[in-house]
Amino acid sequence: MMSEGCSFMKGMFLGGIFCLVMSLFGTFSPGPQGDGHLHHHLKPVSKDELQKLSEAQMYDLTQQVRVYCVIMVTPKLLVYWATANDTWSKHCDKSVFYTSESSKALEALDLQEDDEWARLRKAITHAYENAGDLRWFFVARPTTFAIIENLKYLVLEKDPSQPFYIGRTEKSGELEYVEYDGGIVLSYEAMKRLVEIFKDEEKCPARGHALWKMSEEKQLATCLKYSGVFAENGEDAQGKSLFNKKSVTSMISDSMGKNPNDVVESCCSDLAITFGGMPAGQMQVMMYGVYRLRPYGHDFHDSLTFLPPKDSDND
Amino acid sequence: TFALLKTTGDVKDTTSMFYTVYELDTMKGGNSRCAFSLGFLVGTCTLYVFLRQVWFEESFSWQRDGKNLTPPGPELNNNNLTQRVDGSALINLKLPHQSGEDGHVADELFRNVRILCWVMTGPSNLQSKACHVKATWTRHCNVVLFMSSEEDRSFPTVGLGTGEGRDQLYWKTIRAFHYVLKNHGNDADWFLKADDDTFVVVDNLRWILSNYTADQPIYFGKRFKPYAKQGYMSGGAGYVLSKEALRRFVEGFNTKVCTHTTPVEDLAMGQCLEKMGVLAGDSRDTMLRETFHPFIPEHHLTGKFSKTFWYWNYCFYPIVEGPQCCSDLAVSFHYVDPLLMYTLEYYTYHLRAYGYRHRYQPPEPAVLDPPSQTVKPTEVPQTTEEHVYKKSSNAVKLRTEARKTFQTEKLTNGTQKGNSMDSSLTSRHQSQE
Repeated sequence: MMSEGCSFMKGMFLGGIFCLVMSLFGTFSPGPQGDGHLHHHLKPVSKDELQKLSEAQMYDLTQQVRVYCVIMVTPKLLVYWATANDTWSKHCDKSVFYTSESSKALEALDLQEDDEWARLRKAITHAYENAGDLRWFFVARPTTFAIIENLKYLVLEKDPSQPFYIGRTEKSGELEYVEYDGGIVLSYEAMKRLVEIFKDEEKCPARGHALWKMSEEKQLATCLKYSGVFAENGEDAQGKSLFNKKSVTSMISDSMGKNPNDVVESCCSDLAITFGGMPAGQMQVMMYGVYRLRPYGHDFHDSLTFLPPKDSDND
Repeated sequence: TFALLKTTGDVKDTTSMFYTVYELDTMKGGNSRCAFSLGFLVGTCTLYVFLRQVWFEESFSWQRDGKNLTPPGPELNNNNLTQRVDGSALINLKLPHQSGEDGHVADELFRNVRILCWVMTGPSNLQSKACHVKATWTRHCNVVLFMSSEEDRSFPTVGLGTGEGRDQLYWKTIRAFHYVLKNHGNDADWFLKADDDTFVVVDNLRWILSNYTADQPIYFGKRFKPYAKQGYMSGGAGYVLSKEALRRFVEGFNTKVCTHTTPVEDLAMGQCLEKMGVLAGDSRDTMLRETFHPFIPEHHLTGKFSKTFWYWNYCFYPIVEGPQCCSDLAVSFHYVDPLLMYTLEYYTYHLRAYGYRHRYQPPEPAVLDPPSQTVKPTEVPQTTEEHVYKKSSNAVKLRTEARKTFQTEKLTNGTQKGNSMDSSLTSRHQSQE
């Protein structure tokens, strides 16, 4: 009896050690991601690196990094469409609103599609086909506010002919996906592969599964995964998330609770790219706060210059 | 063999594992072997589940939020070095700076245009409002004082020896200004009054004030027109007095020229200053946009005030609704709750668009050393800019004219002061033309 108990204990102990050893080996082996870039976390180019570039190279980079904004609206979101149209979308090199159905006053491309996933597929396909020479794509709802200049800074030296799928990442079981409310960034290559895999009804079904429906953000991640494109979390040099699915007031409010002695510093990145779930009035305030309001006498000698858009007075 | 097995009791490497497996073979009884295999399975599964849950998820979230990676901001570290307490006053030794920014112009203004900020508060507001003011914008003042009816050594607040309530406001203001002149008259050039729900961008206030000197009898704020010939400044939006203006205010009470029975604090202030020959200044920027605001940004930027709203009849200058309501170099907003206080601090001092070239390029103030850069201060990049710029420079000429006529009428204390103010005004306008 005793010897059996003993052997059981010995077995358990050995089993534990065995598992530990195997998992340690597991983390050291190269991941399944292909194509040469393997990171979950994506940061902008460092200041030192930027300063090494010549002015001509800097100019080239600024010209190269141009963004096509894909903004998904519905007639219900008319006020948000108007606000996005009047605010941040003016800073995209090209911004197109895609709607589920046409509606008075709503100036958007009518996809005539009720299903959200099918609509997203159509929008992505249309954007890819009409990209012109734009190589970066930003997909968002009009309830998300985006600072496109900071997005450009993040992807500045990244090659759009490599597949990139960037945003605020979240994990659902084995699947790592980018949250819709934080905005989704896709490179030209990622778009190309997406459009290709849309044709594969098995891996990337158009109508989703009849029994249980995944949200569009997860469906997108699944299709991309099958094409060998994996989600990456956009962060600044300090590791703070650049993409946020919460509104700025929500995040400040959280910070007031968690870090009352250091509310602003520990809240959000100085070069944040997105805030989700923003009410329309707050978006106007953010437009003023980002592009206009500033303290006199504090300068940042940024290596790049982005000019304000034409025919605009709120930025 | 058994002796060898006994010494390898510590199962740490593969060789000892091998030995224990060997032991298995020599063991008597299939029961022991079963128990061992079962134990092995249980051990593997348990540890697998444990590792998955705890180790991987923890490392993932740690990497993501980077809370452990973020070095503490420079402001947090140096609080002991950037601020000292002197009785009831907080003295800021230097301006807070963001990492990677060039704040030398702001620093120069900090040295040349010293501002004492006093915040009107009360015992019941210290933890709900005043503490957030202390944590945000007042860190950019040269000297900070919190004025309450009662003294509080730990906050710290000054005890004015009054009651609380709307009817005590003017009395508190009078006592506060008296206290400030008496105890800190030499510590600053300008004296700002704000509420505990006012948000102020002190750096922008320095930009405006740098075109004037502290010995000019002048004060600035959100200008209202009724009840006073030259108008008066809204109390909630904050107002700032030059040292000379402050002296005259205090003198007004000593000589009984000013009374202290009116409940309407800001109007009473305006009337007293007018009697003492202090000029109500124009605080608008070079594009004639307001800098002091009596409401929150959202109301000014998006609100459409109804035509019967009192505001229309009160504003000294024409109201502009929409984005042009407010200068890029805004100085104040009112009715700001703590959440908005931190949000505005984030917008003003932290969040920005990388590399963005602002439309409005403000002219450099005359008080600074000549700029080392070769770029002209008033670069106008776009045609729409040019159009507005030309309009505003004409308006500025008209404004100078109006000011001159007012001065000759009002200022009884010698024309010398009036002339010096005049020349500084024209020099400001020259630098932008």
